[in-house]
Amino acid sequence: MSLKARINRIIKFSNVDGPGNRMAIFFQKCNFNCEYCHNPETIKSCIHCGKCVEFCKSGALEKVDGIIKWDKTKCCECDQCIKNCSIDSSPKTLEYSVEDVIEEIDKVKFFIKGITVSGGESSLSFEFITLLFKRVKELWPHLTCFVDTNGGVDFQLEIYKEFVEITDAFMLDVKAWDLKEHIELTGVSNENVIKNLIYLERIDKLFEVRTVVVKDILNNILTVENVSKIISNKYIRYKIIKYRPFGVRADKIEKLKSPSQEEQENLEKLANNLNVKSTLII
Amino acid sequence: MILETIKSQNITFEQKVVALARLAEGSIEVLNKSESLKKYIEDGIICDLFEGNAPYRPRYIVPDYEKFMEQGSKFLNIEKPTNLWEAVHALLILYKHVPSITTMPVYLGNIDYLLEPFIKDESEAYLAIKLFLKHVDSTITDSFCHANIGPRETKAGFLILKAMRELELPTPNLTIKYNDETTEKLATEAIQTALVTAKPSFANDKMFRDDFKGEYGIVSCYNGLKVGGGANTLVRVRLGGLSKLATSKEEFLEKTLPEVSKEMLEYIDERSKFIIEESGFYESSFLIKEGLLEKEKFTGLFGFVGLAECVNNLLGAEAQEDRFGYSEKANKLGLEIVEKMSAIVKGHKTQYAGEFFGNTHLLHSQVGIDTDRNESPGCRIPVGEEPEMFNHIIYSAPFHQYCPSGIGDIFVFDETFKSNPEAILDIIKGAFQNNMRFFSLYSNECDVIRVTGYLVKKSEMEKLDKGEQVLRDTTILGKGARDNAKALARKLRSE
Repeated sequence: MSLKARINRIIKFSNVDGPGNRMAIFFQKCNFNCEYCHNPETIKSCIHCGKCVEFCKSGALEKVDGIIKWDKTKCCECDQCIKNCSIDSSPKTLEYSVEDVIEEIDKVKFFIKGITVSGGESSLSFEFITLLFKRVKELWPHLTCFVDTNGGVDFQLEIYKEFVEITDAFMLDVKAWDLKEHIELTGVSNENVIKNLIYLERIDKLFEVRTVVVKDILNNILTVENVSKIISNKYIRYKIIKYRPFGVRADKIEKLKSPSQEEQENLEKLANNLNVKSTLII
Repeated sequence: MILETIKSQNITFEQKVVALARLAEGSIEVLNKSESLKKYIEDGIICDLFEGNAPYRPRYIVPDYEKFMEQGSKFLNIEKPTNLWEAVHALLILYKHVPSITTMPVYLGNIDYLLEPFIKDESEAYLAIKLFLKHVDSTITDSFCHANIGPRETKAGFLILKAMRELELPTPNLTIKYNDETTEKLATEAIQTALVTAKPSFANDKMFRDDFKGEYGIVSCYNGLKVGGGANTLVRVRLGGLSKLATSKEEFLEKTLPEVSKEMLEYIDERSKFIIEESGFYESSFLIKEGLLEKEKFTGLFGFVGLAECVNNLLGAEAQEDRFGYSEKANKLGLEIVEKMSAIVKGHKTQYAGEFFGNTHLLHSQVGIDTDRNESPGCRIPVGEEPEMFNHIIYSAPFHQYCPSGIGDIFVFDETFKSNPEAILDIIKGAFQNNMRFFSLYSNECDVIRVTGYLVKKSEMEKLDKGEQVLRDTTILGKGARDNAKALARKLRSE
C-alpha cells in the first residue's frame, strides 16, 4: 500500500506561492483554526456523515460503504456541499499517491519554476511530501520545492529532519507575536511558530514570512516589529497582507476588520526601517 | 463619398488625404478577377482588406536598416551617422519615406541594435530615445508601425523599455525577440513594461530564425517577414463563412477549401503581379536602388480568420466541451484544416513570390478587422470562451508551426503579476518550448491595450465615442473591434 495523501486542490499556475510560476498543491487538514481562514473547508477531514449528498444537484456525490465519493467529472462547482457541511469541511478532496502528483507536475513541467505545497497545513503530510520532493528532484533537478506552512509543528524535531533537508525553502505565516492573541486567533500557541522563524532563518531555508493584518484585534505593530528584527539581515521577503473577508466563515466575519492602506504602508515602513530587504504589501 | 470625406469633421487632415487617395484608387478597375472570385468577395468569403484596386506599393515593407546605418542614403542626402543624435535623425528621416499599405512604415528595425553603438552617456541617450519614440508616435499615427528589440541585452534596449513605460504611447508597437541568449533581466524588464503599456510582445526567435533563414522582422501586428523584403499583398479567407458552404467536413476539406484556396492564390498572384509589373515600385523606389530592399525577398500572404467558427460549424458543436478550444476532436479538425491550407500554399509555385521563399507565398493567421463578426482572429479560441491558461497554451501551440508569417495569442494578466513578473516569463518559456511562436500580454490596468494585434489607448477610444478627432487612425479600428468582436473582453488571468 503506497503512501497516499488527501489533496483539496491543485492549481497548475500560481504566481503567489513563491518565486515565479508554480504548481500549488493544497493538502487537506490543518492544525490551526484561524478566525480569518479563507479556506475553512480545508481545516477538517470529512467524517462521511453524508449530509452533503442531499444538497448535490449534479449527482457528483454518493455514499458507498459508508464513505463519501466525489465524482469530479459530474461536479458543477456550485459548492452547496461545502456550504451545508456539518463540520465546515469539504467532500471535494481526492486521494493521491506520490506518482499521481508527479503525473500532474509532468504536464506543466515546462511552465513552472517549481512546486509549492500548501493547505490546509502541508506539514501534517510531511512524510508524503518528503517522498514527493525526492521524486521531483530525481526527475527534474531544476524545479524547486517550497513549503507553505503555519509553523505549528516543531521542525527541529528528529522526525522532520529529512523533510526540512529536502525542502528548498519555506514560506512561514507569523499570525501574531503576542501569545494570547495567537491563541485567540488560531486556537493554538505560537511557541513553535517563533521557534521555526528563528530556526529557518538560521539554516537559510526561509524564503518569505507573511503576516495578515487585522484592524483593532491584533497588535500588528508588535508582530511586524519582531519578525522584522529576525529576518532583517538576510534577503527574506516580508509579505504584509491586508485581511479580506473573502471566504471567511459567516459567524467569524463580524469582528474582523481590514486595515486602511495607510496602516499597511506604515507597517511596511516599519519593516523597511528595521532593514528588511524586501517587503510587499497586498 | 468624396465630398463627404472632404467635409468630415471627425477625421484629421492627414486621414482625409489618405481616404481621398483610396477613393481615387477605388475608381479604377485594373485587376483581372474571375467570376467565382467576384462571388466569393461579394459573399464576404474572400477579403482583400481594402488594399485598393490598383496597388502601387507592397503592403508590408521591411527595409534593411542596419545597411542604411552603414551607408547612409544618397537619395535622402544622409551621411552615415556618427553619433546618437545623427543616428536618431537619420532613422526618423528615413521612416518618412518608407511606405506600406497604411502609407506609413510598418517596420522600424531592431531599434536597440541600431542605436546601441552610439550610446555613450546614459542620461543623454535616454532623452534622445524618449524624443525619438515621441516623434514616431506623433508622426507615424498608425500603430501597425512596429519596432523590434533583442534577443541580446543592450543598454539601448533597457532605455527603450523604460521610456515606453514612462510615455505609455501606442506607437510604435514593440516585440522582443526572445531566445536562450536573452537575459532574465531584460526579459523581466520587458514583462514589467508590457504590464504597464501592453508591449513588447515576445517572439520565439529560434522558430522565426529557422523559418526565415536568419534575419527577420516582426511588423504590423505580429507578422514575421524577411529583412530587406516584405509582403506584396495579404488576401484572406473567412473560414467561418466558408464552412457554411460545405455539407460535411469531408466536403469542406476535399472540395470547398481547395476551391477557395485556388481563387485566393490566383488573386494574390494577380495583385502581386500588378505591383511588380505595373506599379513601377521595384524599378523606381530608392529603397530598392540603395539596396535596402530586394524584390526576391518579397512574398504574398495567404491569410485566414475564423478557424474556431469553421470547426464549430463543421462539427455542429454547441456545448462548450465539444467546441474549439476544448475538444480533442475540434483540435484535430482545426489542425487538419490548417495543415491542408499550408500544403496548398506551399504547393503553389509562382513567379510572383520571391526566390528567397522558393517562389511560394506564406500562410498567415490573420488577426481580423474591425468589421468582422463571428470570425475569430486566425486560429484563436474565441474571446469569452478561453480555457484556463495552461490548457489554452497547450491547445493553441500546435497551430503556430504552420504560420511562419504571423500567428499569436494575447493574455491579460491581473495586477498581482506586477510583483512576480518571473511567473509570466516562466509561462512564456513553457509556451516557447511547446513551439508557440508569439505571445502578447497586457494588464487589465493598462490604458494602452492590445486590440487584436495593434495597440490603442482606451482613453482615445472614449474620445472617439464622443465624436472627437483622434490622432491615430488605428483608434477607429480599435473601437470597431471593441464594438463588433468583444476584442476587449478577454479572460483575465489571475493567480
